[in-house]
Amino acid sequence: MATPIFESIQSQLGSLATASSVSHGTLVVEIAPAAISGLVQTLKSACKFDMLLDVTAIDWPGRQPRFDVVWHFYSTTHRVRARVKARVPESDPVVDSLTQHYGSAAFQERECHEMYGIRFNGNADLRPLLLYEGFVGYPLRKDYPKLGEQPLVPYREGFDIADRAGV
Amino acid sequence: MSAAHPTIPISPAGGKSAAFEYLTTKKDELCGWARKFSLFPYPFVTACCAMEFMSVSSTPYDTDRFGAALPRFSPRQSDLLMVVGTVTHKQAPILLKVYEQMCEPKWVMAFGVCATSGGFYQNYAALAGIDRVIPVDVYIPGCPPRPETVIDGIMQLQDKIARQKHIILTKDF
Amino acid sequence: MDMKIPNPVRPAFTIPQRDDTVIVNIGPSHPATHGTIQIIAELDGEKILRTDVHCGYLHRGFEKECEDHTWHNLIPYVDRLNYCSALINDFAYCDAVEQMMGVEITPRTKYLRTLLAEYSRLADHLTCIAATLMELGAMTAFLYLVMIRDYIYEHIADLTGARVTYSFGRIGGLARDLPDGWLKRLEQILTQYEEFIGRVHGLVDRNRIFIDRTRDVGVLTTADAIHWGYTGPILRSTGAARDLRKDTPYLAYAELDFEVPVGIKGDNYDRYYVRMREMDESVHMIRQLIDMLPAGPINVDDRRCTLPPKPLVYGEIESLINHFKLIMDGPRVPAGEIYVAHEGANGELGFFLVSDGSGTPYKVHVRSPSFVHMGGAHKMLDGYQLADLIPTFGSINMIGGECDR
Repeated sequence: MATPIFESIQSQLGSLATASSVSHGTLVVEIAPAAISGLVQTLKSACKFDMLLDVTAIDWPGRQPRFDVVWHFYSTTHRVRARVKARVPESDPVVDSLTQHYGSAAFQERECHEMYGIRFNGNADLRPLLLYEGFVGYPLRKDYPKLGEQPLVPYREGFDIADRAGV
Repeated sequence: MSAAHPTIPISPAGGKSAAFEYLTTKKDELCGWARKFSLFPYPFVTACCAMEFMSVSSTPYDTDRFGAALPRFSPRQSDLLMVVGTVTHKQAPILLKVYEQMCEPKWVMAFGVCATSGGFYQNYAALAGIDRVIPVDVYIPGCPPRPETVIDGIMQLQDKIARQKHIILTKDF
Repeated sequence: MDMKIPNPVRPAFTIPQRDDTVIVNIGPSHPATHGTIQIIAELDGEKILRTDVHCGYLHRGFEKECEDHTWHNLIPYVDRLNYCSALINDFAYCDAVEQMMGVEITPRTKYLRTLLAEYSRLADHLTCIAATLMELGAMTAFLYLVMIRDYIYEHIADLTGARVTYSFGRIGGLARDLPDGWLKRLEQILTQYEEFIGRVHGLVDRNRIFIDRTRDVGVLTTADAIHWGYTGPILRSTGAARDLRKDTPYLAYAELDFEVPVGIKGDNYDRYYVRMREMDESVHMIRQLIDMLPAGPINVDDRRCTLPPKPLVYGEIESLINHFKLIMDGPRVPAGEIYVAHEGANGELGFFLVSDGSGTPYKVHVRSPSFVHMGGAHKMLDGYQLADLIPTFGSINMIGGECDR
C-alpha cells in the first residue's frame, strides 16, 4: 500500500507529532495545538503535501479538552492523504491559521469558526460565511438545539417561531 | 393581491345595477384571460428544484405553451414570483425585498416542498416555508416536482387568476 | 412595509478605493449566476478591481441534520449536495460507511456504481455547459444539451424512481437492480448524445464570439490552483493531470481504459473544453462497463447493513428483529473516523465521518469542491471585465447545495 511513504513521512515529522498512525489508508497525526504551524511547514516542503483539503472540528462535550480541530492534507506527488488533529479546550479554542501557507484555508477556517467557535490566529477575516450577520451561537456544537432558528425577517401573522418546537 | 396594499374599488353611488355587474364580470373575465396567458415569471432560483425548472422551461415540457416562457429578471417587470428551492433564513430578507419590489398584480408560486414547508430541512438554517414571510398563491409539492406537476400548478394558478376580480380603477389610482 | 429589511452579510469593503470606482452588488438573486451567490465587486468602469464573494445563502444545515438521522436515513440529504450529479454523492457516502464497517460490495454493484457515477457526471457536465452557453447567448446549444439531459433524467427515473435526486445508494449495495431494457435505452441515449454533441461542437468550438469571450478570460495557473485547493476539471484545465479516478482508483476505475483531458491555459475556454472531453470519456467508460457488467446480487449478504429478504422477515423472529433494528437504530458503524474522497463532477468530494459506535453518525462532514473553489474565485474574477464574470462563474460550476451544504 502506501505504507513506505507513510513511514518516511512519520520519520520526517519526528518529534513534532505526539502520536501518529495509519487508519483506513490515511496517515493520522496528533499534535499539540501550538505545533500546527511548524508541522505544516515540514508537511508542505519536505513531505510535499501541497494541498490543504479541509479544516473542521469535532465537538466532544463530555471530554476535556472539548474540541478536536482536524486538518486534511493531500499530496499531489505522492497521492496520499494525511489527517492532523489537535485538541483545544473550550475555554481557549485557539489555533494558528494556515492562510499564509494555503489559500484554501481562508474559507475553511471561516466556516469552522462560525460553526464551532474555534478562533484562528492570523486569519483576519473571520466573518460569518455560511451563517449570517446577527446569528448568535455556534450551531454545530452539540449543545446548540437543531431547531434553534434565528429569523432575520419577522414572520407574518399567524406564524409563531414557537410552533416548531415539537417538530 | 397582497393584504399589505388593499385596493379600494370604486362602486356606483346608490348600489349596483345588473348591467354594471354584467360589465364588470365580463371585464374581470377579459383581464383574467389576458393576465393568465401572459405571465412573466421571476425565477427566484436557489436549489435542486432549479433542475426541474430548467426542464420545464425547455423541451418537451415547455412553459411557452402557457405564455409563461419569458422570465423577467427585474422584479419591476415580472408578475409571477416563482420561488424555486429552499429559502434559508439568510435568504429571507432578499426574498422579501424582491417581493416588495414587484408591482401589482403579482402572484407567488412556491415551487417544491422546501419553499412550501421547508421540506425535510427542519433545522436552524432553513425557513420552514416561504409563506412565513410572503403570501403564496399556489404551492407545488415535490422534491423536486416532476415537470408535469409544475405544469399542473401553473394551470391551477391560471384558473385562480381567471376567477379573480381584477380591479382596475381604485381610490388611489 | 415600513420595516427595514436587514442585510444578512457584512461586506469586506464599503468605501471605494478611488473617486472614480463604484461598488456594485451582484446576486444573490441574479439571472446569470447559476446558484445563489452574492459577489460584491468594485469596478473601475467595466473592469473588476476586487471582489468579495459571499456564499451561504443555501446553507441548509446538512451536518446538523445528519446527526439526527441514522446512517441510512440521511442518504436523501447526501443526494442534495451536488444535486446535478446526485448519484456520485450517494456512492461516495456509501463507500465511506462501507469502508468504516469493513463491508465489501458485490462485483455487480461495483461496476454498476461506476456506470451510474459516470452517467451522473455526464448529466452534471451537460447542465454546466448548457447553462454557461445559455448565458453567453447560445440558446440553441442549451436546448440541445438540456434535451439530452432530460432523456437521461427520464432514463434514471426508470431505474430509481426519481428524476433529479435519487436516494439510490444503500450501505452495502443499491436500492434495486436494473429493469429490463434499461441497457438498450442507455445505448440509444448515448448515440443521440453523440449526435447532439457533434452539433454543439460545430456551433461553439470555433465560433469567433465564443472564443473572444472565453479565451484568456478567468485564467488560473496550476500553482495558484493547488494553493487555493482546486481539484477536478478546473485543476485539469490548468494543465495538471490530477484525477482521483486515476491517482487513487476506487470502484472499478482501475480496470477501465480512459484518458484524463487537460487544458493548456486554465481559462474559460479550457474549462469548457475539458468538460466536453470528459463527457466523451464518460461515454467511453459507460460503453466499456456495459460489456463488463457481471451478473449476481446487488446487495452484499451482510446482516449488519443489508435488510433481510421480506419472506424471512415475516417468517422468522431473528430476521424480524434484524430488520427492526436496522430501520429504527440504523446500521451500527464501529467507532472511529474516516475520510473517503471520490472524484465528483467538480473535483474531490470528500466525506469525513466520525462514528461513536452507534447507528447514528456523530459527525458527517463534507469536503465540498464548490465551497473551496469559491474561496479562490477572486483569483479568476479580479482584473477582468464585469461581463466576464458571468462565463467565469458559470465555468466554475458552483453548485449551491454542495457549496453551502
